[in-house]
Amino acid sequence: MDDRTADGGGLAPQAHANANGTAGENGKTTKLKIFRGDAEGGEEVEYELPMVEGMVVLDAVLNVQAEQAGDLAVRWNCKAAHCGSCSAEINGKPKLLCKTRMEEYDGEEIRVHPLKAFPVIKDLVSDVSWNYEVSRSMTPFTSDAQAPFTMYEEDVERLYEPKKCIECFMCQDVCHVLRTHNKHAEFAGPRFFVRAQWMEMHPMDNQNRLKYLHEERGGVGYCNITKCCTEVCPVGIKITDNAIIPLKERVADEYYDPAKWLMRKLRGNRNGARNGG
Amino acid sequence: MDRNGANANGARERYEVQEHDVLVIGAGGAGLRAAVAAADNGLSVGIVTKSLLGKAHTVMAEGGIAAALGNVDSEDGWQTHFMDTMKSGKFINDWQMAEIFAKEAPQRVYELEQWGALFNRTDRGGISQRPFGAHTYRRLCHVGDRTGLELIRTMQEKVLTTESKVYMETTVTKLFKKDGRVVGALAYTRESGKFIYIKAKAVVMATGGWGRIFEVTSNSWEGTGDGVVLSYDAGADLVDMEMMQFHPTGMVWPPGVRGLLVTEGVRGEGGLLKNAEGERYMERYDPQRMELSSRDVVARANYTEVQEGRGTEHGGVALDITHLGYDNIIKKLPTMHEQFLKLADIDIAREPMEVFPTVHYTMGGVKVDPETCASSVPGLYAAGEVAGGLHGANRLGGNSLSDLLVFGRRAGEGASAYVLESTHSAGTDEREVETEIGRVLLPFENKAGTESPYLIQQELQSVMMEHANLMRTEDSLKEGLGKVLGLKDRLEGLRVQGSRLFNPGWHTAQDVRYLVQISEIILRTALERKERRGAQWRLDYDGPDEELGRVNFIVSKDGQGEIGIEPREIPPMPEHLSELFREKVVDSAGGERRGAESQF
Repeated sequence: MDDRTADGGGLAPQAHANANGTAGENGKTTKLKIFRGDAEGGEEVEYELPMVEGMVVLDAVLNVQAEQAGDLAVRWNCKAAHCGSCSAEINGKPKLLCKTRMEEYDGEEIRVHPLKAFPVIKDLVSDVSWNYEVSRSMTPFTSDAQAPFTMYEEDVERLYEPKKCIECFMCQDVCHVLRTHNKHAEFAGPRFFVRAQWMEMHPMDNQNRLKYLHEERGGVGYCNITKCCTEVCPVGIKITDNAIIPLKERVADEYYDPAKWLMRKLRGNRNGARNGG
Repeated sequence: MDRNGANANGARERYEVQEHDVLVIGAGGAGLRAAVAAADNGLSVGIVTKSLLGKAHTVMAEGGIAAALGNVDSEDGWQTHFMDTMKSGKFINDWQMAEIFAKEAPQRVYELEQWGALFNRTDRGGISQRPFGAHTYRRLCHVGDRTGLELIRTMQEKVLTTESKVYMETTVTKLFKKDGRVVGALAYTRESGKFIYIKAKAVVMATGGWGRIFEVTSNSWEGTGDGVVLSYDAGADLVDMEMMQFHPTGMVWPPGVRGLLVTEGVRGEGGLLKNAEGERYMERYDPQRMELSSRDVVARANYTEVQEGRGTEHGGVALDITHLGYDNIIKKLPTMHEQFLKLADIDIAREPMEVFPTVHYTMGGVKVDPETCASSVPGLYAAGEVAGGLHGANRLGGNSLSDLLVFGRRAGEGASAYVLESTHSAGTDEREVETEIGRVLLPFENKAGTESPYLIQQELQSVMMEHANLMRTEDSLKEGLGKVLGLKDRLEGLRVQGSRLFNPGWHTAQDVRYLVQISEIILRTALERKERRGAQWRLDYDGPDEELGRVNFIVSKDGQGEIGIEPREIPPMPEHLSELFREKVVDSAGGERRGAESQF
């Protein structure tokens, strides 16, 4: 890696200074520190830039990219907190960069790093492809019924919440099972419990995912309900209360109810508990 | 499999080789639906996307998906949807596409439901539908104001059940042809900068639009029109390139969110537009349809109010939904509520939003066969925003999502049929691959270069804002063209630093080439269409021109590699379609809901 200084990765930075000046409307500037590096290591680099009213951290990062460090890697798309691309960590906490205002850190240092639970690729970009493998490993929504479905609001209103997920993967990032214990091979993570929960609750779905959740890749038993995921969800899904705990209850019903245990022994495979709950 | 190529310095450059029956470029709604269709036909499918899966611009669609289910207004049917689409497009739409679209949209919505998508429900347990601008009936199937998220997530999860290979964060730089057919593409992964030569018997282009040529846009960084330029370079005809949609309501404050979309769903749910004087000015522009007039009309109204000095504090107009009340707003427009609260410190349940037109959508694009979505180049198909024809001079809100699925599926089927019938092999002379790799790496090796891709992009965006905005004149378009040609010359001086590892400067150097090329095409076609029609609003002409109402402008690369433009006559509508308009003229005499076409 050759570009670790504030202007080293720059792209004719002097040309930009002329175009946009170096300070905001009132001549005010702001600073932030951004991790610059890759899988082999790196360090924080401090940048100073013009402060613009209402600026979010992503605005600041993109300004640095355009003006000072042309090769600064950051993921973003919609810039409206709808797509979940720009997840990173600010002062050690996962945040959507597009939804976090610079003013929130008034007087505080701002240190921006990539998500920690996944391998870093470069700067603020980490490799989240593992999540798509997990997604592929799940039994998708499946129905015998033929659409158009007849379903009433009261049948589906509980599904709206888990369906709001924007796949920012911040719940995955903050989860100790992944972040600290690296159980990526045997634990699907909060995002996919949310997905499992809406499928299990969908009145037209005919699959049972409890075996996956309990015995296979799901690994819902690893979760010890610390609610870290719920706290970071940018769309306000109560992941622990409304997805993980109900799934754990179903697993308990399925596997630890003595009558069901006996039935399973006799039949040798799945039993009972369709998606009643 | 790895191969060796040569970079510009003659050093050997390794690249990976992949092969698919169908290569889909773009993973929004259209690309994913095309991939599912091709995979269902038993073909090997590759999907290339510049972003992560599920992040394409489809995710930003808010208001809903238009389909004449007739769940709320039982009078609705494909005929009315067809007529609304044609009227809104000012009759330069491809009527055959519009017919297919209106007829098939309901099937595509039900198919989404079959695959797990969830929509808000009616009291009778069906999919609920909301009103939207210039739709005669309540027609937009929706889930709150995050319908695009529901669509893309459903399609993403569906695609993951197929064997399709997904190349995430990968950019295509060129299509290869052999014996006149498209036979593959060169791509590189953004993560590592590694090149991939993808052989394919057919390519489906589904890369979306090119809103990023403007400074104020609702589009993400991805909307750089890669697909339309790749297709044009491969020899494909383009249509209606002068037609850019300005969405009437983008955010205006704070500066960082300028242009961000405010869903038409706000007006669908009863939002009122007022100027700084508190006047509900749509009365003056379209008294029948008011806020729910077509997008071109509302956008010009909003623009005019601000131009004439009746704008709000930050140069917008007021969009007021407070009368809906907090509970209903949270239920119907939760995303908008959150967006304004977090980003602009505005509680839309208590105070109005400030809005102004923002570049949103590109009606023009690759000209396709309505049945199969085949372009004019064998082996190349296109669907979704990158294709042109369905929407004519102005797109109706909600028609985009159904467009993606109807024509995404047809492109996947069309490409499949072509592959299944063909006997040609994929791939081209590998020297071409090496030459292209050399070209793509040039900005690293251009030691004498001084041009920043970011700066050229910014300058281009300002030029287009100034000269190709929603009001246009010949003098200004010409001046803009001169400036764009100046920028085009400067592309040779592009220089990027750093390594190939996830280097946005290098990525932007690819993008600006597309942006500059498209801008030139838009300015040239906008000069040709000397009239006022839909999104093309020439201040130096008084109104629509009857002759021009019968033609599309077709763009293709001429023998000298320059932009060729020819007007092409629109074939007359067949009797079973044209009679619809005659009948409706009779029975709409008393029907106010059908409204009169605005003259503005």
